[in-house]
Amino acid sequence: MATPEEIRRIERIACDLRTDVITMIGVGKVGHIGGSCSLAEIAAALYFSKMRFDPKNYTDRDRDRFLLSKGHTVPIQYAALIELGIIPREDIGGLKTLKGKLQGHPDMKTPGMEAVTGSLGQGLSIGVGMALALRYAKSPSHVYVVMGDGEIAEGQIWEAAMAAARYKLDSLTGIVDRNRFQATGATKDVFDIPNLEDKWRSFGWNVISVDGHDVGAVLDALDAATTTKGIPTVLIAETVKGKGISFAENTSAFHNASLTQAQYDQALAEIAEAKRKLQ
Amino acid sequence: MTAVNLRTAYGEALVRLGRKDWRVMALEADLGKSTQSVMFQAEFPDRYFQMGIAEQDMTSTAAGMALAGMIPFVHTFAIFATGRAYDQLRNSICVPNLNVRICGSSAGLSDFGDGKTHQSIEDVALMRAIPHMSVVCPADSIECEKMMECLLDWEGPVYIRINRNDLPFVTPPDEPYHIGKVTQLRDGRHVAIFAAGVMVSIALEAAKTLEAEGISARVVNVSTIKPLDRDAIVRYAAGVEAIVTAEEHSLIGGLGSAVMEALRSVAHAPVEFVGVPDTFGVSAEGYDGLMARYGLTPATVVKTAKALLKRT
Repeated sequence: MATPEEIRRIERIACDLRTDVITMIGVGKVGHIGGSCSLAEIAAALYFSKMRFDPKNYTDRDRDRFLLSKGHTVPIQYAALIELGIIPREDIGGLKTLKGKLQGHPDMKTPGMEAVTGSLGQGLSIGVGMALALRYAKSPSHVYVVMGDGEIAEGQIWEAAMAAARYKLDSLTGIVDRNRFQATGATKDVFDIPNLEDKWRSFGWNVISVDGHDVGAVLDALDAATTTKGIPTVLIAETVKGKGISFAENTSAFHNASLTQAQYDQALAEIAEAKRKLQ
Repeated sequence: MTAVNLRTAYGEALVRLGRKDWRVMALEADLGKSTQSVMFQAEFPDRYFQMGIAEQDMTSTAAGMALAGMIPFVHTFAIFATGRAYDQLRNSICVPNLNVRICGSSAGLSDFGDGKTHQSIEDVALMRAIPHMSVVCPADSIECEKMMECLLDWEGPVYIRINRNDLPFVTPPDEPYHIGKVTQLRDGRHVAIFAAGVMVSIALEAAKTLEAEGISARVVNVSTIKPLDRDAIVRYAAGVEAIVTAEEHSLIGGLGSAVMEALRSVAHAPVEFVGVPDTFGVSAEGYDGLMARYGLTPATVVKTAKALLKRT
């Protein structure tokens, strides 16, 4: 159980990550704002509290791994790696530019990245492979795979879900960022996947539903996941697409969109205000 | 003793790699008997992963293993390894240039009975087009064993195309081997025949027939189709009056195309391809009969060479 101070610290970091995401995407450039912001608390909880991860030794074999299967929201991972000092802060303006270092999807040339993802549905399989190999090598490493609730329409996710259960991979934790919107609309309208918890359970997983913006609950759920033995755990994280930016919340309009100068200023001001309230 | 059967030789070689290096892992999609990866399972059960009939998941899983420092060997039929899991190969494995080895078994027409859905005649074209991917195709079991030895140290992904049948020994047993090597098996001055896989022995047979008719044929084994030793192709294509390529693959995008790409900026003799026309395969009662249906025979190679030489 995390202390109130620890929870407050992570909440403030989540604000910093959102600020970095908005700064990175900037004005007039298209970027995946909504699905990055829905993940801010989860990314902050993992990178800054839960994971065995030393930023000074971020290639250590026994580090915990953060795999972003929903690779299009890589700005949130870049933000975490910038705050950890792994990606130089000066790279923040180079997202998706020829001269910049930050690719539109996860790329192994970027320091701190763990896999190439973004062709959706592949990250959980990659996580299964890592967890199998690390278990064989007797590494204590834990592998976290973040998926989108639209992404899990990909059949490969369910192939990997079966494999993880078949191999009793308790060193693997899945996190479904259930922000309920995908590229072209609400997930329930575009491609509804009913009985999500039951589906994972029937595939042999331990399922924990959690508010993905409640840092204390997220940390508790992660602790429950890593102490559950013999089966993999998935967190169904209820989140708000575009969380923290009022005009971008609960809409697919900012799934992949650009900001006007006024929107950009408003977004940064709202995030700053949220952080101020956390002091 | 080297097995005559290519997939048996492959399975035995994989076990030897497993003994040499603890990082070698094998993944399988319910075709372990066909691919002969069951031999590895018997000796290294904790490094053998039955992934079920789920090739896409298996392929990305191998990426994860390689990212964690292992050398995974992925096994399934060539058609599924390269087609069903193409995007996983491309994005999970080839983009980050991972040390994954993809064993495409029952390649070409060698799964004669199962027909067009199981015969892979576009796999070389598909694999060759992906950056970072290497493509090798052993001509016999001797060469297969040597190739496998190279796969512990080779950087980046490799597609190894394995025929399911017995193949005659055609490569020199004691000669050192490295990935990328293009080997002249026989010299000749009228026609150069570039061949890969099972077509190497067929080209050698054709060369004997041609010799009896006074035509001297050079036979070159191009067992590494990518990265292609362009200098070797240019060198062996020089000094002859005709060039024939022979492959158990579509005429589009395979060895013939690779040879023509290598020759593109140099003067060269006229070239003709022997391969499978732009069509899907068909079920047959035997391998030889199916090969004959598409002209993958010594007689076709002979006829093609003579036509180029205007000696028909």
